[in-house]
Amino acid sequence: MSGDPSMAGGDCVLELSALGKSFPGVRALDEVSMRVLRGSVHVIVGENGAGKSTLMKIIDGIYEPDSGEMRLDGAPYRPSSPTHARSLGISMIFQELNVVPELSVAENIFLGREPMRPGGIFIDDARLNRLAAEYIAEQGLGFSPADPMKSLSVSQAQMVEIVKAISCKAKLVIMDEPTSAITDKEVGYLFEKIAELKRQGVTVIYISHKMDEIFRIADYISVLRDGRHIETRPAAAFNRDSLIELMVGRELGSGYPGQGSSPGPEALRIEGFTRGRAFRGISFSVRKGEILGIAGLMGAGRTEVARAIFGLDPRDSGEVYVEGARADIGCVDDAIGLGIVMVSEDRRKYGIIPMRSVTENANLVGLKYRAGSWWIDEADERAAVREQVERLGIKAPSAETEIAKLSGGNQQKVILAKWLLAGPKVMILDEPTRGIDVGAKYEIYKLMRELCERGIAIVMISSELPELIGMSDRILVMCAGRIAGTFERGEATQVEIMRKATGGIGNA
Amino acid sequence: MPDIAQRTGKGRADLKALYNKYGIFCVMLLILATASGISPAFLTRTNIINVLTQISVVTIVACGITMLIIEGMTDLSAGSVVALAGCLCVGTNKALAAGGMGAAPAFALALGCAVLVGVAVNLAGALIIARYDAPPFIVTLAAMQVARGLVYIYTNGQQIYDIGRIAAIGQGRIGMVPYSVLIMAAILAASWVILRKTRFGRYIYAIGGNKAAAVASGIKVNPVIVKTFAIHGVFVGVAGVLYMTRLNSGQPAEGVGLEFDAITAAIIGGTSMAGGLGTIAGTICGSVIIGVVNNILNLLFVQAYYQQIIKGLIIVLAVILDIKTKGKRS
Repeated sequence: MSGDPSMAGGDCVLELSALGKSFPGVRALDEVSMRVLRGSVHVIVGENGAGKSTLMKIIDGIYEPDSGEMRLDGAPYRPSSPTHARSLGISMIFQELNVVPELSVAENIFLGREPMRPGGIFIDDARLNRLAAEYIAEQGLGFSPADPMKSLSVSQAQMVEIVKAISCKAKLVIMDEPTSAITDKEVGYLFEKIAELKRQGVTVIYISHKMDEIFRIADYISVLRDGRHIETRPAAAFNRDSLIELMVGRELGSGYPGQGSSPGPEALRIEGFTRGRAFRGISFSVRKGEILGIAGLMGAGRTEVARAIFGLDPRDSGEVYVEGARADIGCVDDAIGLGIVMVSEDRRKYGIIPMRSVTENANLVGLKYRAGSWWIDEADERAAVREQVERLGIKAPSAETEIAKLSGGNQQKVILAKWLLAGPKVMILDEPTRGIDVGAKYEIYKLMRELCERGIAIVMISSELPELIGMSDRILVMCAGRIAGTFERGEATQVEIMRKATGGIGNA
Repeated sequence: MPDIAQRTGKGRADLKALYNKYGIFCVMLLILATASGISPAFLTRTNIINVLTQISVVTIVACGITMLIIEGMTDLSAGSVVALAGCLCVGTNKALAAGGMGAAPAFALALGCAVLVGVAVNLAGALIIARYDAPPFIVTLAAMQVARGLVYIYTNGQQIYDIGRIAAIGQGRIGMVPYSVLIMAAILAASWVILRKTRFGRYIYAIGGNKAAAVASGIKVNPVIVKTFAIHGVFVGVAGVLYMTRLNSGQPAEGVGLEFDAITAAIIGGTSMAGGLGTIAGTICGSVIIGVVNNILNLLFVQAYYQQIIKGLIIVLAVILDIKTKGKRS
């Protein structure tokens, strides 16, 4: 694969010319033109709000462009719906998988296009299961078509979506951040599948924020910024820094803001945290102004421990000490009262109240822990929220905008504002930058540093090793519910952390 | 950093947002205008007071129901509990008066009984909903049956007549304005304050909007739910007193379907069945719209059966509006 696909020539499967799309108050896409070559992996990068999702939704037939046109295999392409797009050979795999957990794998694969018995009234279950079994065998997957979808892991469910796409004879598969919820090992498996798709001549458009991944699989990279197409080049013509600079439109330095916080006295210590098989004998402490990173694979028990500290889940045994004094945390309310707060990894489920305003979301905790009155002082509330909005650089049309209408990065900042308004001493941040674009990530890193300087202790759970190594003063590695190792700043390498996290087998 | 205000496109009015904010108010004005055009009798002072009196009971019930729906709850028992509380009120008063108690203490005790039973039924339901995470639809459906059974047992299936001077609560007035309208106004004001001005009100929106996030924000969800039902119980008790004293009798078979009228008022007023959205101002509009449509159909001598069909169509219209303007919750 060579040559710049933005130039004419090459076997072009999808061509976008001058696509434009506006939403009330936002120009989401501005004259975007792009060529996607057959059989290539074409990665699209950009900050949240850059227009990636809008562009993909136009290609998938969910949105109609205001202007411009698309050509698929040279013929005008105007999908009216995702079903229409699929029938023309374009399948999209969403970040949130579209599966029906109660149905079987086979039923999910054929959802909406079940093979019928003669007469077209009843589903031909035998054929459905046979075909599904063939597809699954072809892809070398280890589950049966009769398995209920809910028994599958996230990555297995993703494989089912890929099988579904292939079974539709897709020539173009769009994947929207497919690795946001799967482990590194599963990522490897996904990439093998992508390579195989390529060999079969299928084109893959891949959206991701993760630099390492992008360079592992991309043939071409297109950068979007503020709804405009900035550049498309072969992947080899970029490096990490140049790509980030193009995405954010400014230079970033190392990607992590300067360190050098000087930790103070102990802020939080937990001893012997144990619950069934989820986690056993977990003890650690974190000092004021310190960032303690917690590494581990999915299912290692990191989130479970954090939720238990925060009072969201019960524990069998274990003690909590806040600033040296034994603390009794029976529920979240107790934890917040002691100055312990937690930003969940799942923003939609545990973070935002989607249809309520930025103000209401930001002040949900502060009402009790900052203002402390049953009566809402609206002037005080507005001022407090405005201060956070300015400090965190939250971009929103107004403080009365529904939080669901903001980009992921801005939603996350509102959630951070919510906890800052509680006046925390210890912040547990569970995957604080998941699904957030590079620019917003950097701002969150900077904020973390700032909070440390103000003496707040931070416990950061993260699956992104560069982030953990770049930000943490110490790193704790969990494996199968236990602490498998501890690294001081400067000692940790990705390989060493992975070795501990995988139980010493050394699968880095 | 570009922040708030800078991006506020003033000229580009988002039609949906605008509708959500003022739409139902405009619809209400439109209906009022139409009504006064159709019937010259509509805009007379007597008729307006008549309409307000007629909607008072349903509006009071709708206040609590609005809070519950916002919270992701609902209540189907309100009609039965209104009958139970109302009959208990007039019955208690009659018994106390017969026993020789003075009017004022008897009124107070009778009123207290009504409110107490309203709160008790709702509390019982709420505790089950909270304790077992049971669906409020089913639990309050059960409460509807139980309350109706209780009122028949209490009254022995008979109507209570000769209720005495307590009828003044439902029928009396200050100057032109009936007590029932004043009480309605007071409860509307109280509900508005609770939802808009208190932390408790914010928690109601948060719980209905995303319960898991509310829990993770340190909100003690179950106590909030129980308290909301208790407040609603007070309102339902008061509504019962107004209802039966206005009828000047205790009617155990009355109040059937009242909860649906209240739910309809809330939904028309923009409260979302999905939870997290709704206002008291909207519910007032919804209640007035239903009241005026009923009134105008009466003024035009439209048969009650047709009125029921029209009410059904209004509900469908309101739900479509709800989905179109707020979007379905994924």
